[in-house]
Amino acid sequence: MRALTWQGKHDVRVETVPDPEIVNPRDAIIRITSTAICGSDVHLYDHYIPGMKKGDVLGHEFMGEVVEVGSGNQKLKIGQRVVVPFVIACGNCFFCRKQQFAACDNSNPAEKTDASELAYGYPMAAAFGYSHLTGGYAGGQAEYARVPYADIGPIVIPEGIDDDKVLFLSDILPTGWMAAVNCDIEPGDVVAVWGCGPVGLFAVQSALILGAHRVIAIDHHPRRLELAKSLGAEIIDFEQVRVREALSEMTGGIGPDACIDAVGMESHGMSADNLLDHVKVKTFMATDRVHALRQVILGVRKGGRISIPGVYGGVADKFPIGALMEKGLQIKSGQTHVQKFMPELLKLILDGRIDTTFLISHRLDLESAPEGYRNFKEKQNEYTKVVLKPRHTRH
Amino acid sequence: MANRTSRTRGGDAPLSSARNPNPAAAGLPEADADEVLVGRTVTINRPRQELYDFWRDFRNLPTFMENIEDVTILDGNRSHWVVTGPADSTVEWDSVITEDVPGECIAWSSVAGASVPNSGRIEFRDSSNGRGTEVTVTIAYEPPAGSVGKLFARIFRREPNIQARHELRRFKQLMETGEIPTSEPPFAAPRDEE
Repeated sequence: MRALTWQGKHDVRVETVPDPEIVNPRDAIIRITSTAICGSDVHLYDHYIPGMKKGDVLGHEFMGEVVEVGSGNQKLKIGQRVVVPFVIACGNCFFCRKQQFAACDNSNPAEKTDASELAYGYPMAAAFGYSHLTGGYAGGQAEYARVPYADIGPIVIPEGIDDDKVLFLSDILPTGWMAAVNCDIEPGDVVAVWGCGPVGLFAVQSALILGAHRVIAIDHHPRRLELAKSLGAEIIDFEQVRVREALSEMTGGIGPDACIDAVGMESHGMSADNLLDHVKVKTFMATDRVHALRQVILGVRKGGRISIPGVYGGVADKFPIGALMEKGLQIKSGQTHVQKFMPELLKLILDGRIDTTFLISHRLDLESAPEGYRNFKEKQNEYTKVVLKPRHTRH
Repeated sequence: MANRTSRTRGGDAPLSSARNPNPAAAGLPEADADEVLVGRTVTINRPRQELYDFWRDFRNLPTFMENIEDVTILDGNRSHWVVTGPADSTVEWDSVITEDVPGECIAWSSVAGASVPNSGRIEFRDSSNGRGTEVTVTIAYEPPAGSVGKLFARIFRREPNIQARHELRRFKQLMETGEIPTSEPPFAAPRDEE
């Protein structure tokens, strides 16, 4: 089959690789009809995430048709259309029973767990197409994918619903939703969202549905700010405005009740701390640039809440621990427990309360995926979301 | 239940987490202070008896222990172990059960003359907060010298503690999910190999 493979920094190629097969009883094979490039794929593209091997198939946002199921899979049937969560979770362990699917204790093969156990204290769960720290599973930017524990993860989509309407259930919609859930929104709350990429935009939408009084969105790409505004947010362009002063003024001097860092480790901006972070990352003195997170901690009101869906992987310098403690802040973060949120979000989509199609700026053939990566990274204003369509010429 | 009382001097932590563990204090038969001790505890979300029963039939062990080629049951207490090494070589020894409390613990020891003297113990305890069964494996072995020692080191490839925790993790995965996850290429995780 054809698949998008990682070859090195800023080098991804569509190659011919072996077709996946059923290996374990609960597996399924999915014939992929739509798959997207995620902002976190750009972290792989930029080689900010360790544990990549040349030839790895990328992609963790995908959906398609079930073409084969293992002998132990009692749930899925051939021909069903499913969206696959990017987190691989067994459904049986202590964590899955608590619906903390992104903490699944079993999905990461034992021999892949040493690095994350060393780095984080406990081994991480597995994900599709996202380095060998999280399992080394082939991703979904391909014609087919093998889905482990397919009786737990994939959600069946009713007939007649376009791929574009439901594809983002795989990652960014639940991620934006959980970001807003983690704000513990109360009536009257003002929520500020750093970053109007896909997750930030879905967080804006989700915060309003979950009862935020006002949402303020921060970015510098005009097109992305425009989208945030169309969803009901007030907007701040950080290139034109001093963000902390603006947030204070816009909230009568109190500050936002909750702040979301939907930026993560590759912050933009020309501030001194960000430039210093950039130098330190380049010289491996630190791994993560945390400019946005510093802004969030200083920007939120005293006693406020912070939610971090943005991806970080390592350690940070100049983390404002004093502000965190003295202001009495709460922080919630984490990879998304996708399986937990999929059913309620599918219902909101089917009821017409959430629309995700506005985000898609480009639809490309899978063969054009390298161009999609380049443009998604370099032309962030125009390329808000790229969806890839495999051609399946041989089948 | 020797291991329950084999605590570190540093409080309630088990002996396997001690900075300088002494196997002789771990309740392992035949163990002496020169041996290397490895140990690990996992919580498995299955009933204690089910886990004990699976482990007690040593013929099941090769399904999740990647270096064990075969275990033959000689009689109720004795078994013969064949462990694979590099270049199709093998190491073999006879092992005898030294303690067996159904549903609770199994202890074993290699018989005299084994090329790699070793002993081990697995305990199954109900988690006190209803999270399943806490399984603790403790293994002591005499670091071998000479060519057998080199072979043994290559069999275990890495630090034995890492090997032990991978195998305990695979046991947990098999018991909880019914399968052992893998992303081995080419078919489990197709990749463009050079």
